[in-house]
Amino acid sequence: MVKKEIIQFALSLIISPLLFGVINRTKAFFAGRRGAPLLQLYYDLFKLLRKSAVYSDTITPVFVFAPIISLGAVITSLLIVPFAGYRPLVSFEGDLVLFIYLLALARFFIVIAALDTGSSFEGMGASREAQFAVFAEPAFFLSLVALSRAAGQMSVSGIFSSSVTSMWSSYGPMVFLVLGSLFIVFLAENSRIPVDDPNTHLELTMIHEVMVLDHSGVDLAFLFYSAAIKFWLFGSLIIGVFFGPRNFGWGIDCIIFIVSMMVLACITGIVESIFARLRLLKVPHFLIVALALSVVAVILTLR
Amino acid sequence: MGHWFDFIGVTILLVNLMALSSSRVRSCVRIVAAQGALIGCIPLIQHLPHITPAQTLFPLVNIILKGVVFPWLLLRALRAANIRKEVEPIGGYPLSLLMGVAIFVISYWLINRMSAPGHPASVLNAAVSFSVFLTGAYMIVSRMKAITQVIGYLMIENGIYLFGLAYLKEQSFLVEMSILLDVFVAVFVMGIAIFHISREFDHIDTEKLSELNDTMTAGQGL
Repeated sequence: MVKKEIIQFALSLIISPLLFGVINRTKAFFAGRRGAPLLQLYYDLFKLLRKSAVYSDTITPVFVFAPIISLGAVITSLLIVPFAGYRPLVSFEGDLVLFIYLLALARFFIVIAALDTGSSFEGMGASREAQFAVFAEPAFFLSLVALSRAAGQMSVSGIFSSSVTSMWSSYGPMVFLVLGSLFIVFLAENSRIPVDDPNTHLELTMIHEVMVLDHSGVDLAFLFYSAAIKFWLFGSLIIGVFFGPRNFGWGIDCIIFIVSMMVLACITGIVESIFARLRLLKVPHFLIVALALSVVAVILTLR
Repeated sequence: MGHWFDFIGVTILLVNLMALSSSRVRSCVRIVAAQGALIGCIPLIQHLPHITPAQTLFPLVNIILKGVVFPWLLLRALRAANIRKEVEPIGGYPLSLLMGVAIFVISYWLINRMSAPGHPASVLNAAVSFSVFLTGAYMIVSRMKAITQVIGYLMIENGIYLFGLAYLKEQSFLVEMSILLDVFVAVFVMGIAIFHISREFDHIDTEKLSELNDTMTAGQGL
């Protein structure tokens, strides 16, 4: 049994950078370009891993450790997230709190490393990231609380492996709201377009990219990779709400899951192609919409 | 069937939040019109298998009035008064949205505590009706433009109607009709009033009305 779980874990580690390739290809298709190869992020990661990092004289060890800690936290939270509705490697009662705090830990270290560079530009990005987290995290937390109330389970794997079908039939409107909220949080946390543009550099409006400007070499590879895994984490929660476990057998379920992750990446690409980025002042407004949806969802489970 | 009502109830609530967060007066009018039409559809669905002509007629009148006539009147007034955007409401839009959510939480709590005669047909819709009602009231106090206040008034009416639907199995034709007539007259009068105000003055900002006093002219006299 443990073997399957390890395979699932390895699969998510291997496939997650591919999703960015899918997004870029979708965006290229909409713009009428050919686009970068699907495996571009893998090439970038290998290239960066062969290089050594360059450090400024003003930094403290925080800057050196931050990418490692953030990658570690994100991979640890990947241990908790179910794959295609099957049990993950680690699960226990209340692990959704651990899950959220691991993601918060990763964010905290990226933010503090950005502050550590002493560059005012990076400090600005850190401030933005922290400000938007204030809105995105309660929304995410409350969505998980609503799901956990509806499923009657206190662990992430319990929510997504038990009763998604019965959740849809008895709490239909609630699940709908949670999906909306999760999708907004998904776009915000992965610095996707209505909130942040992952492709811009050296502009005054970017959030995530500005914080990783001073990282280089292996550190930058770690940050890219943890961003990819974070995308996978949030995506697998959304897909989990949609499908849950099906009984076509383990192999087919896994393939369906991976294909639906690709579809989600395509949808993200479409969203990025047809929407413009919000004005920075409007971003909290957008995130408060997610918060409002999740609060209403929690209220709906109180019946 | 109960599931459908829940879906409509949640949609009405979301439309409510949209109305709170939209800064364009024009889209605000459309949103409230959609809300009125949605609420008007509930009795039609409720009686769908075997429906009497009277049960069809009244919701239809309601839908046409709220979904077509009111927005038409209001949009005409908007054109006449030449307004596009609502200036920031008191507290700003994010706060309005949070207030909308808080209002829903409060009304849910209230509905569960309230011991009304009879049992509501749908607790969720009763809570939503309360929150639509309170949101309308909040719109009236927090918005500057007279036309948004009329919209708040329409939302209050929507809330009352939805509350009736949630609690009563059979709507009393006469009461609903008289409320609807009142609202109709009110919107009509307000539309004309806004038109006249905007022709006499340069704006329909109600904030400015509190500045009307004698001291200014006295000061100029000095």
